[in-house]
Amino acid sequence: MTTLAHAQSDESQFGVAAAIVWAAAHDLRVAMRSRSELAVQILFYVIVVSLFPLAASPDRALLAALGPGVLWVAALLASLLSLPRLFAADFADGTLEQIALSPYPLQALVGGKIIAHWLCTGLPVAVLAPLLGLQYGLDGDVLAIVTLSLLIGTPLLSLLGAIGAALTLGARGGSSLLALLILPLCVPVLIFGAGAADAVRAGLSPSPNFSLLAAGLLIALVGAPFATAAAIRVALD
Amino acid sequence: MSFYFFSSPATFFPLARPIAIVFAWLAALCAIAGLWIGFVVAPADAQQGEAYRIIFIHVPAAWMSMFIYVVMAFWSIVALTYNTRLSAMLAQALAPTGAWMTFIALFTGSMWGRPTWGTYWAWDARMTSELILLFLYFGVIALRNAIDDPRRADRACSLLTIVGAVNIPIIYFSVQWWNTLHQGASVSLTAAPRMAMIMLTGMLVMTFAAWFYSIAVALLRLRAIILERERGSAWITGLARA
Repeated sequence: MTTLAHAQSDESQFGVAAAIVWAAAHDLRVAMRSRSELAVQILFYVIVVSLFPLAASPDRALLAALGPGVLWVAALLASLLSLPRLFAADFADGTLEQIALSPYPLQALVGGKIIAHWLCTGLPVAVLAPLLGLQYGLDGDVLAIVTLSLLIGTPLLSLLGAIGAALTLGARGGSSLLALLILPLCVPVLIFGAGAADAVRAGLSPSPNFSLLAAGLLIALVGAPFATAAAIRVALD
Repeated sequence: MSFYFFSSPATFFPLARPIAIVFAWLAALCAIAGLWIGFVVAPADAQQGEAYRIIFIHVPAAWMSMFIYVVMAFWSIVALTYNTRLSAMLAQALAPTGAWMTFIALFTGSMWGRPTWGTYWAWDARMTSELILLFLYFGVIALRNAIDDPRRADRACSLLTIVGAVNIPIIYFSVQWWNTLHQGASVSLTAAPRMAMIMLTGMLVMTFAAWFYSIAVALLRLRAIILERERGSAWITGLARA
């Protein structure tokens, strides 16, 4: 009886919430110790956004039309750029194997890592969006909608990206292969995300776009950690 | 002999060749009949003239491009569930054919679009989702080539194929809504006049030709994959000696 009780308390000890918090805290601590890397990612986003007017035209009407789309594509690229590091370093030094062997559910640990990834890339991108949107002469309401759509959409990019990052572990081709796998899957996110701002500019309600983005986020929240965990187990075999 | 007897590469290998040959002949017969109906029997279209005849290649290729992905996803699920090598090999064998069908559908579509719509490319929902389907095929093939261990590649590709299959309907509807939001339906296939019986017959016969061709080619490729991956095994050395 005592052993059973002991086993049950062990069971509850290896909980999902604890695993998520641990993995997120661990990855955030690692990220904070290489702050310059984080800064480079954010700078990449800022520079990509700033290049479009130089390549296209500084015409205000054109920039206002392009703005939301450019912010979204740049957010997608910034997320993609940081994805190889999500699992690669842990995979190389064997940490990922230890994580997979731990009694905590791997999906939860992966979920924590995805949360940390979003906090390090998606959140700064969304926070900077209003500032960069000013470069494109976007109106206040459009800026708010773009920022909100990025806040809902960038976690989705991290979740989808994690599947690709786990699938390409140990594969040749690195980040270009990752881009080929992930970008087609991100098309709906891009369409609904950038579409929200376009709807506002056209005088329509952005709520269908937000609903669809949020629905996608919920599906990915349920599905992506499992797919990612499965892909990690494939890579560790 | 149970149905599962043929789930091993060694037992399926000899069976694949006769099946492939039968389907190759069926494909050839259907193609001859379909092309004859399409190019000789069927009359020119009242609005599009002779240009519409590309439909006999375009529509079967487009249908097959989507159908093959579904079949790939099915075998990927089987491969992951039962951990069978043959199902993953079959999914691997189908991918290049699916990519070719997608490419043919896109290419013939743009060739058809030029004389009838006046443009090679429009961001029409079907075209865009077909293009993304091509990228998904490329992704699966590229992931396969990037992983050295074939069994690991099997499982990674199966997983990717399934994730893609879940995404395809979402991609299709997202592109459709995006397009209708943006520019309205400037070109619509659904608004085309109803099709004459003889044209429909030609198209269906050509679809069977494309289907049988895909089966034959996939099985022949499967044989090559089996030979390559099982090359160290006793039954292949025996085969080579015989």
